Amino acid sequence: MKRFLSFLKHSYLGLVILFMYLPILVMIVMSFTESRTAVQWRGFSFGAYTSLFKDADVLDALITTLVVAAVSSIVSTVIGTASAIGLHSMRRRPRMVVESFTQLPMVNPDLVTGVSMMLLFAFIGIRQSWGLLRLIIAHTTFNIPYVIFSVLPKLRQSSDSLYEAAMDLGCSPLQALTKVVIPDIMPGIVSGLVLAFTLSIDDFAISLFTGGTSMNLSMLIFSKTAKGGVHTKFCALSALMFLVVGVLLLIVNLRSIHQEKVAAEQKKKVMSRA
Amino acid sequence: MKRVILSYPYVFVWMPLFIIAPMLFVLYYAFFRDGQFTLEYVQNVVANDTYLGAFWNSLWIALATTVICLLMGYPIAYILSQMKKRTAALVSLLFILPMWMNMLLRTLAWKVLLFDGGVFQQILSFFGAGNVQLIYTPGAVLLATVYDFLPFMILPIYTTLQKLDRSLIEAAHDLGANGAQTFTKVVLPQSVPGIISGITMVFVPAMSTFAVSTMLGGKQVMLLGQVIEEKFLAGTDSVLGIGSTLSLVLIILVIVSMVIMNRIDKDNSASGGTLW
Repeated sequence: MKRFLSFLKHSYLGLVILFMYLPILVMIVMSFTESRTAVQWRGFSFGAYTSLFKDADVLDALITTLVVAAVSSIVSTVIGTASAIGLHSMRRRPRMVVESFTQLPMVNPDLVTGVSMMLLFAFIGIRQSWGLLRLIIAHTTFNIPYVIFSVLPKLRQSSDSLYEAAMDLGCSPLQALTKVVIPDIMPGIVSGLVLAFTLSIDDFAISLFTGGTSMNLSMLIFSKTAKGGVHTKFCALSALMFLVVGVLLLIVNLRSIHQEKVAAEQKKKVMSRA
Repeated sequence: MKRVILSYPYVFVWMPLFIIAPMLFVLYYAFFRDGQFTLEYVQNVVANDTYLGAFWNSLWIALATTVICLLMGYPIAYILSQMKKRTAALVSLLFILPMWMNMLLRTLAWKVLLFDGGVFQQILSFFGAGNVQLIYTPGAVLLATVYDFLPFMILPIYTTLQKLDRSLIEAAHDLGANGAQTFTKVVLPQSVPGIISGITMVFVPAMSTFAVSTMLGGKQVMLLGQVIEEKFLAGTDSVLGIGSTLSLVLIILVIVSMVIMNRIDKDNSASGGTLW
């Protein structure tokens, strides 16, 4: 009975994993086919990859995506960290009000955030042709909350008296911040930055409404594949994306497993000494 | 220098300008025409069959997606939580990886699979099912939303199950509970916070999705998000009014679902403590 149950569990797990990876696998296979539209297999070729690399629109969109992600994640990390430090020393009432408004972009559907910013840009006259600026403002806006809420818990963990102690020992407020407070909350700042960067790279709905004349990768994929068949160069793009994400995740996880091992060994050493 | 000042640029400039003002614009466009208050758009939306149809489509697809993801995802989270720590970390990585892929590319994969003459149709016709229409059907949209959002259901539930105190389960066994009783009386209630956050992480984006339905549903399966997208990218003022009203409908739905979730999740209120 127990054996049967465990068999059942494993086969169910296997089935769901298959469900998650079958589409990705098909995309990878289709990236090597000869035909232009990814419908049926028609013999092996690297054609999809060459047409992907030759496509100027794809390259433009990739550059836009990376520029917007880099700029918006850095700006939102600076603003978000400063606001979190300020918020932390605010009184309860006003802090609750600010935190509630800050949650709006996280709670709201992306679509609504996107259309609302589109209306704002039209009103204050940030024109469609300034697409890059529009994208950077929009992405910074939806990134700031994530940075604030990654930094705030770290501030709560650290002690307020550290800041005061630094000042008592002769630091200026600025020195106390840069030498004591910020190093203390660094893990929160870094995870906020990474989160902001990945969210920006992945965003589609908000970009679609605010992008104007600039296109990021998601917008480009959507505009080229929403209707009709799928060009195999997008299968090639999928395959490459899968490779990059897979390798990145593997590196991050191998590192954390390695760190765990090192920590465990050190613990052993300490124990054996005792 | 008081540290509070550091938050002033955000609190007094960025937040009012880029978070609060845009929402007020949505309200304004939904209820005003040429500076005059009007209920025209609201009446328009309520009376129009296209919008109502899109609303019901969105609602049932989002609900169905949530239920299927929960039924499919809970067992996975449970199985993961029972594995050895290192194996579980590796297997859960398999569910995290697709989340890092661009969602449009993941949806695109289903378009390739379901397209006329594509892999699934070939398999079906091999078994003699003839040419069944797969793409541009509600089923195609549902399949892709389940696929896209399943990891968002599994991971929060897995996280809460992981934190579950093992001694509680042992205590239940010692006190004479069988497997099913232990699950329904101990494990399930303890995992409610994970289920709640899973449901919100699936329902809200599923309710407002338009990329999936445009790519896989075409004009045959219109969702609310798709109608809003068309209105806003068309761009004239009266169209913006309707689009804004529909956006409000979406916001209200999200608020209602969150209120319901908060009611169910009273124990978890300690982590909230904000206005909504």
